[in-house]
Amino acid sequence: MKIGVKILPKNEVLDTQGRAVEGTLRAHKREVSQCRVGKYVQLDIGETDEAKALTKAKEITEFVLYNPLIETFELEVVRK
Amino acid sequence: MKKIGIVRFLGTNCDRDIWQAVEMVGLKPEWLWYENQFQVNDYSALVVPGGFSYGDYLRCGALAAKAPVMKSVGEAAVKGVPVLGICNGFQILCESKMLPGVLVRNEKRKFIDRWVELKPEAKTKWGADKPMRLPIAHGEGRFYAETDELKRLWDQDQVWLTYKENPNGALDDIAGVSNAGKNVCGLMPHPERAVAEWMGGSDGRVILENLLRI
Repeated sequence: MKIGVKILPKNEVLDTQGRAVEGTLRAHKREVSQCRVGKYVQLDIGETDEAKALTKAKEITEFVLYNPLIETFELEVVRK
Repeated sequence: MKKIGIVRFLGTNCDRDIWQAVEMVGLKPEWLWYENQFQVNDYSALVVPGGFSYGDYLRCGALAAKAPVMKSVGEAAVKGVPVLGICNGFQILCESKMLPGVLVRNEKRKFIDRWVELKPEAKTKWGADKPMRLPIAHGEGRFYAETDELKRLWDQDQVWLTYKENPNGALDDIAGVSNAGKNVCGLMPHPERAVAEWMGGSDGRVILENLLRI
């Protein structure tokens, strides 16, 4: 089963990449009120049980994929 | 004479500089390879040098923090052995939770490479009791910690060095911090690149000479 890990910089942390993208969008008349740039990690976990796969993915994410000081994460089951 | 262990990862690139700086003050350096653990008692101090370990993938220092060698560095830190992290080494020590906080992208998004003036704020095992002028070279050197954590760092004298003029947006102008025991220290500037006048300055020597007294 594949689990996707969406990692975003926390709101209170200055997101320099997001700011750079905002700047370019503004320069091309596609203004947005905010843009935040994160990471997407896909884990192929050798589990068929969804709950077990999510538990494993959470452990892996907390082990190294995200830094709780500056980031938040969300897990999703990849259906296809 | 006990040795100074210098940790090398794939992508470390300030290792030869710190090796020569250690020899220059009359101490004996020895390489520590990232795949191996080591006998903590064989070393009087450890240095995690700068560079781009693991190509800065995922987050700076995040993957290096999980390498086998860091398990031994962690044991040494607990035993009170002085550990110094420079630049990427600082990022690695933060990611391995031996030091508080984290280093994020510079405020203005640019890699910066220049000399900075530093002010010592607290006493640590790595010394520096006078203002210093040292070079910096980093893209992700902006020190960040949550507000209450920052306050705790100041209260417990864990803020080691601050910039006179903040180059990267670091919170509270922080250039270097220590752990609660004051034996593990990290800084973004490069003391090993300022150990002789021909390099443009020799203020960095103070930090290494401090090891002679350990």
